[in-house]
Amino acid sequence: MKIAVLSGKGGTGKTLVSVNLAAVAKESIYIDCDVEEPNGHLYFKPEDIESEEISIKIPFVDETLCHGCRKCTDFCRFNALAYINKLIVFDEVCHSCGGCVLICPEKALAEKEKIIGEVQSGVSEKVTVITGILNTGEASGIPIIKKLLSHLAENKGLSFIDCPPGSACIVMESIKDADYCIFVAEPTLFGVHNLNMVYELVTLFDKPHGVVLNKCLEGENPAEKFCLEKGIKILGKIPFDNELGTLNSNALIAVREEIKYRDMFSSLLQMVTEEVQA
Amino acid sequence: MRQLLILSGKGGTGKTTLSSAFIRLSKAKAYADCDVDAPNLHLIMNQLSEPKRSDYYGLPKAEINLDLCVQCDLCRQNCRFNAIQVGTDYKVDYYACEGCGVCETICPASAVSFKRAIAGELRLYVGETVFSTAELKMGNGTSGMLVTNVKKAMKSAIQDIDLAIIDGSPGIGCPVIASLSGVDMVLIVTEPSISGISDMERIIKTAEKFQTKIAVCINKFDTNLGNSEVIEAYCQKFNLPLTGKIPFDLDAVKAINNSQSIVDIDCAAGRATREVFDKTIKILFKEGLTLNLKH
Repeated sequence: MKIAVLSGKGGTGKTLVSVNLAAVAKESIYIDCDVEEPNGHLYFKPEDIESEEISIKIPFVDETLCHGCRKCTDFCRFNALAYINKLIVFDEVCHSCGGCVLICPEKALAEKEKIIGEVQSGVSEKVTVITGILNTGEASGIPIIKKLLSHLAENKGLSFIDCPPGSACIVMESIKDADYCIFVAEPTLFGVHNLNMVYELVTLFDKPHGVVLNKCLEGENPAEKFCLEKGIKILGKIPFDNELGTLNSNALIAVREEIKYRDMFSSLLQMVTEEVQA
Repeated sequence: MRQLLILSGKGGTGKTTLSSAFIRLSKAKAYADCDVDAPNLHLIMNQLSEPKRSDYYGLPKAEINLDLCVQCDLCRQNCRFNAIQVGTDYKVDYYACEGCGVCETICPASAVSFKRAIAGELRLYVGETVFSTAELKMGNGTSGMLVTNVKKAMKSAIQDIDLAIIDGSPGIGCPVIASLSGVDMVLIVTEPSISGISDMERIIKTAEKFQTKIAVCINKFDTNLGNSEVIEAYCQKFNLPLTGKIPFDLDAVKAINNSQSIVDIDCAAGRATREVFDKTIKILFKEGLTLNLKH
């Protein structure tokens, strides 16, 4: 059972919810797909870490074979190649499609591996923690997310996918294989606007979903109002709580610190499990 | 025109809240929202006029003409994005296709063609001020290219002004990199959490590659004083100017929910933000230039 946690807006509590749900489960896998800014590992502090470098294929040219026909530069839709006295490759914008290598009539182009980040797996109590980390300066973490999710291909157990913010390609990739999506929403105007965006995304991919309302205050909650209007299942509410906020800002896992949070997230997990199986 | 970009690494630290306050305080003639896959600045800038809307096209995507397709499977074998699906027929997965053109090149039957598709919308509000924003259509990539277009639209609508303020997106990837190019200074809004600090360090490393000026401010600093001290020490160690500390303030949340900027009302966060603004502008305009302000 693969459960993706997403929000649209950043900072609404995706990591709080996914880390605590994973930690409260009997046995689970936590996968951090926010490869640009991975934070789950800061909470779990996993041990026995094994890391694997992730690389992409980037073309390089054998200048003795290149005749400057420019077929490759004409072909490349990403403008990753230019011919100025010699062929130049712009690694950062290359999408690794391999087209230039296919098209070169002189076989002057070949591919080499370029490391863009890594995947780390480790253990924290009964949670297997898998983290994707994109190197700074790299544009796309999609190849890392693909690798991360391949860890789940054969797994039948419970897993939580902590998604990046936004609703672009990187989020799509993260929820692709999910059986269920949890939105984490905060009661702000911004939170609701971005919740609507991920709601549309998840509807587009036809994924079953529900919402956790975080940072709930007294009075009207615009996020709750939105969910009631759209008929989105409310899985639980987390009150605005200084104690929880402090634990969280110190990267402590609330369910491992306090029995009341263990109870809170246990019932949330129970609710989620029932929903997924429904 | 000096361009100030507001970034954070971590989401939800207060980029848009701060951007809107800076726009009010500076009376900036031009501003932009580069968070194209979760834009919010328009929600509090209360534009009176309707924007000029224009379609944004990402890269054209592949389509297979089944009348011509000979089912040789070459397109599927050569597609690095697993975008060719095989059922009874060959089909392109629209969302997986990155538009590279390999399938078109390899197809012996000329069955593949490329169709332009709308991937988002650019919105330009032109009145006394210029506000450029956009929204990426659900399920599309190429957000970096859209960010570049948002900035271009702003610049082509107005020149000869002192200052432009750009609200960035979270993360360190392509939209952030696209927003960084050509700006004069980056203000990083961080929060005193272990996650916020880790993300701040990564966005600073990313921004440093562009050799722009970098300053830091701490939002909600009083929610974890210990971590705020860690951030201050970090700034000192790496010689990054700290332009201020803003307290957590429920009035600020109320202001935003009423579509107001936090400097539109009298609140503690608003007052601290004014100080952050003054210090930031001083750094941005250090080399002889001044910003005319009457506030």
